[in-house]
Amino acid sequence: MSKNDGISKTLLVAFALCIVCSVVVSTAAVLLKPAQEANKTLDRKRNILAAAGMLEEGASIEEQFAQIQTRVVDLRTGRFTDDVDPASYEPVKAAKDPSRSSNLTQEEDIAGIGRREDYALVYLAESASGELDKVILPVRGYGLWSTLYGFIALEADANTVAGLGFYEHGETPGLGGEVDNPRWKAQWPGKEVYRDGEVEIALAKGSVDSSSPDAPWRVDGLSGATLTSRGVTQLVHFWLGEQGYAAFLNNLKAGEA
Amino acid sequence: MTTVKETLISPIFRNNPIALQILGICSALAVTSSLQVTVVMCIALTLVTAFSNLFISMIRAQIPGSIRIIVQMTIIASLVIVVDQVLKAVAYEISKQLSVFVGLIITNCIVMGRAEAFAMKNPPVPSFIDGIGNGLGYSAVLLSVAFVRELFGSGKLFGMEVLPLVTEGGWYNPNGLLLLPPSAFFLIGGFIWILRSFDKKQVEAPDFRMAKHTAAEEGA
Repeated sequence: MSKNDGISKTLLVAFALCIVCSVVVSTAAVLLKPAQEANKTLDRKRNILAAAGMLEEGASIEEQFAQIQTRVVDLRTGRFTDDVDPASYEPVKAAKDPSRSSNLTQEEDIAGIGRREDYALVYLAESASGELDKVILPVRGYGLWSTLYGFIALEADANTVAGLGFYEHGETPGLGGEVDNPRWKAQWPGKEVYRDGEVEIALAKGSVDSSSPDAPWRVDGLSGATLTSRGVTQLVHFWLGEQGYAAFLNNLKAGEA
Repeated sequence: MTTVKETLISPIFRNNPIALQILGICSALAVTSSLQVTVVMCIALTLVTAFSNLFISMIRAQIPGSIRIIVQMTIIASLVIVVDQVLKAVAYEISKQLSVFVGLIITNCIVMGRAEAFAMKNPPVPSFIDGIGNGLGYSAVLLSVAFVRELFGSGKLFGMEVLPLVTEGGWYNPNGLLLLPPSAFFLIGGFIWILRSFDKKQVEAPDFRMAKHTAAEEGA
């Protein structure tokens, strides 16, 4: 072993090893990049379809996604814009860039996201006759351990929920992780969002009392996950409220978006 | 010189990396709440251990003693990145669930431990087999832990319903504790207990003996 311990030998081995390893790693990264990108896009499309309740298992996702239009909305004005290219725009990344996002004050930032991007991607599903059927909005917000990323889908009246789903979160499996439970998610469709212009929809404490006058705006809380439940309520309030898509939804209803 | 078969088989029960050497517990807690994820993790770890052993053994005569740990880490880290990239490309869903744990194979004590203890002293082929064997030993523990956790924690095996849950109209009330990481401690503890009661040789000699209880003397 001692013959290996000279300075020149040590440097040589270290250098050669680094070259070989970096070539191997970068080759793998470059060769696999297209497949990974395709997977990511496919996964996002699948989640959008699933949130809108339009996902059919087995059928091609690309085909199903063909009926969905991706548009960019300027959240400051609540209108469609062509300022950015929807194909390459990444809202979460833009939210970190001060030139493309707005700072939120503590009172405004109920979802715990820090900054909000100026442009958002929205997805419009059209019925066979070309009328607006559903609008799918990306949402995110802090739960207990992690930021939850998901989509909320609304019917054409911009008030009735068509579905909600999260595609990425790190909440406790079995407790906060129950946001993925299909039975819990199944309660969302049909619920109403706004009452007298204010976002009213919220997770109840425990299960919803169907005789209560608030019932159309309430979804069962997640048992054992008070903070995740609160996080979900807050993020829905944030994104459907004034800082989020409220202006856009009003314009959309009025046909002025 | 031990035989190939022995190198391969002995880490599974007789010299199990988790049960006897108590290595690699961290990922055993984190990825065992569903079998599907566990299987992928086991394959990834087995491949990384085997190939890092192989490559390290191939260049073991050239590695300067002063930087040998860094050399091992570099090789292991490169292999792990490659595995992670491949997973992202071919099994996206599962790679999302495994998230950081594939990356953490780098710090898994089993991989480092085998590189340092075996691959640095043995030729490439036995080292490769030793890597496979230890990977299988790790897999044996993880798969049995995951089997219990998924079956009794969520009533499923490989995502297929086995015990219909109360929440879905069945009769089985799942044990939520099994879905949380600490439950893996109990199961691994149980596994070690069972293993050692069959194979008494694995029981370690006690470090000290408890002194006999003596009553305090009057007036002392």
